[in-house]
Amino acid sequence: MQPFTTLAATACPLPLANVDTDQLIPARFMKRPRSEGYGRFLLHDLRFAEDGSPLAHSPIDRPERAGAQVLVARRNFGSGSSREAAVYALVDAGFRCVLAPSFGDIFSSNAVNNGLLPARLEEDGVEILLSWLQAGGQRLVVDLTECQVRADGLTLPFRIDPVWRVKLLNGWNDLDLTLSHAEAITAFAAADALLRPWAQLPAASGGRP
Amino acid sequence: MPARSMPASPAPRALFDKVWDAHVVLTREDGQSLLWIDRHFFHEGSHHAFAQLRARGARVARPELNIGVADHYVPTRTPGRSIPDAGIAGMVAGLESNAAQHGTRLFGLHDPRQGIVHVVGPEQGLTLPGLTIVCGDSHTSTHGAFGALAFGIGASEVAHVLMTQTLWQKRPKRMRIRIEGALAPGVSAKDMALSIIARIGADGAQGHAVEYAGSAVRGLSMEGRLTLCNLAIESGARCGMVAPDETTLAFLRGRPFAPQGSAFDSAAEAWMALPSDPGASFDREEVLMGAEIAPTVTWGVSPEDALPVTGRIPDPAATADAARAAQIRDALDYMGLRPGQALAEIAVDRVFIGSCTNSRIEDLRAAAAVLAGRRAKVPGLVSPGSSLVKQQAEQEGLDRIFRAAGLDWVDAGCSMCVGMNGDLVPAGERCASTTNRNFKGRQGKGARTHLMSPAMAAAAAVTGHITDVRPLLEGRG
Repeated sequence: MQPFTTLAATACPLPLANVDTDQLIPARFMKRPRSEGYGRFLLHDLRFAEDGSPLAHSPIDRPERAGAQVLVARRNFGSGSSREAAVYALVDAGFRCVLAPSFGDIFSSNAVNNGLLPARLEEDGVEILLSWLQAGGQRLVVDLTECQVRADGLTLPFRIDPVWRVKLLNGWNDLDLTLSHAEAITAFAAADALLRPWAQLPAASGGRP
Repeated sequence: MPARSMPASPAPRALFDKVWDAHVVLTREDGQSLLWIDRHFFHEGSHHAFAQLRARGARVARPELNIGVADHYVPTRTPGRSIPDAGIAGMVAGLESNAAQHGTRLFGLHDPRQGIVHVVGPEQGLTLPGLTIVCGDSHTSTHGAFGALAFGIGASEVAHVLMTQTLWQKRPKRMRIRIEGALAPGVSAKDMALSIIARIGADGAQGHAVEYAGSAVRGLSMEGRLTLCNLAIESGARCGMVAPDETTLAFLRGRPFAPQGSAFDSAAEAWMALPSDPGASFDREEVLMGAEIAPTVTWGVSPEDALPVTGRIPDPAATADAARAAQIRDALDYMGLRPGQALAEIAVDRVFIGSCTNSRIEDLRAAAAVLAGRRAKVPGLVSPGSSLVKQQAEQEGLDRIFRAAGLDWVDAGCSMCVGMNGDLVPAGERCASTTNRNFKGRQGKGARTHLMSPAMAAAAAVTGHITDVRPLLEGRG
């Protein structure tokens, strides 16, 4: 995974609260394999008409926001369904960071597992940034080393779980770390089978209960 | 060091702590714990995770603890449950093929026990107190009704569980929500849950493991507790839990995958030690009075937009907080409603009774109690939570009540809650729905959803508009 340290990029305002994952990617697109790219499904129904033509009032397709890598939104971003496809859609559309006052817990873990930074700003910090962007503000710097957003002389601190910060800074993947603990896992499972016999299940027989 | 090998600590522990501590394989210096996962359920949406396994040439580590269930894309009203749409058929076939290739358990489309994963798990006794349970579905919180630690995960985490039967987690904070006293007639677990979300917000419990407690919760059946914990995620909670008690044991005894005979008795002994110790501490506590909870419906596009059915649509102009006012305006615009409108005036175009929130036998009975001897003024779909629930409902004659009322009685699956199988609410139409999310486009592009209990959805069917169910229940059971 690509490490995230400091990002200088165009930011896009999305002044909405409760942008749930059903809005981030409507369910009907989730049958597609990821290899096709999920970027065009991002916020699909806010961006495209029934016939697939772009809507003039799409919040993220304004020409001055072309190439944006940072999204600024209101509270409870990514709430709802656990669909990681919501993060795929953001990442495949070029986003590397979302700034919001709060995030759905499952969305946040999914984001970090895909190198997307879910940075929590205070509510008034988000309102300041949204006003600045809506007044024509364009590029900002997201500094994960310092946990700061900087734009036009403005400096706003953000919060991120320290474990997730380290993981993003290094581009770490959980799986390799876990596999290095294989012995501890095997030992736990063996001891547990004796301690909690009621929690065990007999062997499955391939595709049947 | 694994918590279980530590000497008994005098500090009182909460239900959550006891289940968490029993599953810690190891804890890193930074506080992340590697948790053992007792049960992993997967549905058709797991194709992204299985693709990750294929890319690594990896196998499922513990096939017997991984259980496939066909629910999200399954048809509900075709003869022989055939699937005309090739894309949808491919999703169901993909699930069955991944289960077969990796030797996991599977409740496939044609299994007589097929149903919604969060209905099938408890019904089969695969869900037990004290277990860790995960699934690539946010409503996995449902299983917490048994005192399990159960939560939804994303595809990368699903792949991690498939390959290692473990998951890295940060210990969440603890929150207790007590609902005290008795519920009034016509008020259900759904109304409790919506009232809680309206009170604390759709992100009110973020970062917290919630324990539901208090006499009103103790008084709920397992079906009611499942509904309550199902909606924990709609308040942002990591998970919802109810302590196991006699109600839990009575439900589990004799279930196919639960321990049997003397093994059940020794398991029950372990389970009855799980409830929070007296004096266990919580980071946050909320208390609601059961008697103050009315039948509750949503009017907006977030489950937090919920009010008693006797209420009126809020006025953004009278809302001091500018961001909240903008949110209300946006919601009313999408929902086609106006400020000050009485909720009970809102006409609906159809009803849906089903989903992992409200499709169990008790839910169907509650809807049937309102519909018996009455006709629905609008079309509607009743989809039982599992094929076994369907069978039981038919034995009880509930299907005849639904059909006689003019509603469609269909097969089990996620159906119109999420529309992946093609059961959709047309754009602009308004649906009284027993589901969990009134998000924009959730039930179909442009669909307008009002969340409510099964009894309230049945009442809306009878009158054609959002209706207080209580007068309709007078003189009935």
